[in-house]
Amino acid sequence: MSGVRTTGAERIAESFAGTSKRAALMPYLMGGFPTLEESVRIGQACVEGGADVLELGMPYSDPLADGPVIHAAGTEALQAGANVAGVLEVARALADSVPVVLMCYANMVYAPGVEAFVERLDQSGACGLIVPDLPQAESAEVLAACDRRDLALVPLVAPTTTTESLALIGARARGFLYTVSVVGTTGERRALGERFAEVVARAKACTDVPVALGFGISTPAQAVQAADAGADGVIVGTRLVRAAGEGDDPAVAVGLVVSELAAGLAPTDQRSAS
Amino acid sequence: MSAGEQTGARPDRESSDAPIEHRFGPYGGQFVPETLMPALAELEQAWLQARDDGTYRAQLDCLLRDFAGRPTPLYRARRLSERAGRPVYLKREDLNHTGSHKLNNALGQVLLAKRMGKRRIIAETGAGQHGVATATVCALLGMECVIYMGVQDTRRQLPNVQRMELLGATVHPVDAGARTLKEATSAAIRDWVTNVESTHYVIGSVVGPAPYPALVRDLQRVIGDEARAQILDREGRLPARVVACVGGGSNAIGTFAAFIDDEDVELVGVEAGGEGIDTGRHGAPLTVGGRAGILHGSRSAIMQDEEGQIIQAHSVSAGLDYPGAGPQHAHLRDTGRARYVAVTDAEAIAAFEEITRLEGIIPALETAHALAWVLAQDDGELDLVCLSGRGDKDLAEVLGQGRA
Repeated sequence: MSGVRTTGAERIAESFAGTSKRAALMPYLMGGFPTLEESVRIGQACVEGGADVLELGMPYSDPLADGPVIHAAGTEALQAGANVAGVLEVARALADSVPVVLMCYANMVYAPGVEAFVERLDQSGACGLIVPDLPQAESAEVLAACDRRDLALVPLVAPTTTTESLALIGARARGFLYTVSVVGTTGERRALGERFAEVVARAKACTDVPVALGFGISTPAQAVQAADAGADGVIVGTRLVRAAGEGDDPAVAVGLVVSELAAGLAPTDQRSAS
Repeated sequence: MSAGEQTGARPDRESSDAPIEHRFGPYGGQFVPETLMPALAELEQAWLQARDDGTYRAQLDCLLRDFAGRPTPLYRARRLSERAGRPVYLKREDLNHTGSHKLNNALGQVLLAKRMGKRRIIAETGAGQHGVATATVCALLGMECVIYMGVQDTRRQLPNVQRMELLGATVHPVDAGARTLKEATSAAIRDWVTNVESTHYVIGSVVGPAPYPALVRDLQRVIGDEARAQILDREGRLPARVVACVGGGSNAIGTFAAFIDDEDVELVGVEAGGEGIDTGRHGAPLTVGGRAGILHGSRSAIMQDEEGQIIQAHSVSAGLDYPGAGPQHAHLRDTGRARYVAVTDAEAIAAFEEITRLEGIIPALETAHALAWVLAQDDGELDLVCLSGRGDKDLAEVLGQGRA
């Protein structure tokens, strides 16, 4: 790093502002799945395919917000020896080429102490943190620790979130507002949730940061729908984790899907993005 | 309002601002996806209204009496007392309908869910007692019922799987991790995240995000309230010790709750020592101590590695095979009000057999842990033990262990 230090939130904001796509493309990968080395290659393939922000999952024994595909990938990553140090190395290897946001369950953030965990995250070069089981009501300590180190604590909102809560969450959002498109866990779905457009509109009305839609988005058509509804970013997770588990070369398989998503999100006057 | 009700599901409260505890000292809280937060608020509101509502109370009291068979007896165990050299009383929750204390909570919560307009009930179960109790109340009230149960537990508690299916519930085997209670609970929470608008999740123990630990305690304290009145009636004094097994800790907290303010009454929770505390293969997070952590939505004593991954518990009894315990227990431990000890698989099985022959009562393997601890004490004046459930479900497991 040289010159004036850019905060995590600023780097994320630049990515949203600088993308030529109709919405920022935000791939998720599970750290350590299938291996830590492959995770780095997968992350690089995501960047080459057009990722604007990268979401990196920390494998956890009891991921309550995740569906079976990401749960199984996390279990496999742990069995393959993934740990905090290893996953943060993946973040470090990718952080120069793309803003990396770590997705990590609350117990792993608290286990070494919030301050210590956030310090390690900061040292990895990551820009932010998403804690899917840390609702706004419990988030004060982690938010303060992230703020002190200029890391963006990205909160989530759901279709069930009340208007009062939305206002509280939106006002404290850093980086972007992770907007869950469906009532449910992560996973591919045939169609976006019935209320996704309303969910996006409600989210945008409550915050100044970009709104990224996630959970259940897997195809270019769904990504375009999200962008059309006004989402500033589109998060694709399970589809890519599935690709990482299926292909002979996980990085090639994931890169292909990311490229298709990027092409789908290209401005209408462009044939494809590469 | 009816402050003098015998079943009184109302613990003392210090402040009307916090009518249902979200925290017990540093423990408790609501560590769940934002999706669930409105449902937790809705549940808390519904419970605040219901427990002071005469119609709900009357329905619940009537079912506790006529359907469940309450009050359950407090039995002075004659031969066990002789063997122990002091009076030992057993609070006979095994005589509650469905064979355990779990029905007290299931009745209260499913009635509440019906009031809230929910159509579908889900629950997790380990030993199957909570699953059977929930399936039973769903049959009684005509509600759809889905029970999550680890594959390992569907095997070792097969009679309870058969009972649940006979009662019309769908038993959903969970084939992840160690395939026991922890995974069943995680699966139930994921179902709830997905179906929260139509579904009520009946947590079976004093675990989970607020308001569950307080709600389940309030519904289980009928055990302690009855037992306290019964022992005063029989002995004219309070017990020196109140003993109960602790997995998540619902029978224990339900019993302890009535005695917490009786400072001279010692409260003892007995956890699963599994193959021995020093082997690491146990289910005794309160006994072992160590750093608190977050599991299934609340901060409490849990079993975890240094990075915060949850460690698999181990116990011969499916109901104690859980790497966490209720947040109020952790607080009772820290404040010194209760103490927690562990009993191994082998000791529990020996007590299971000994109590069966001494008293003609086959206790649940879970309960056998509490009885094993009582049998091992040579001091004391008057023990009151929560006999939380009957052990018919455990015959295959115990006989199998005996042959091994």
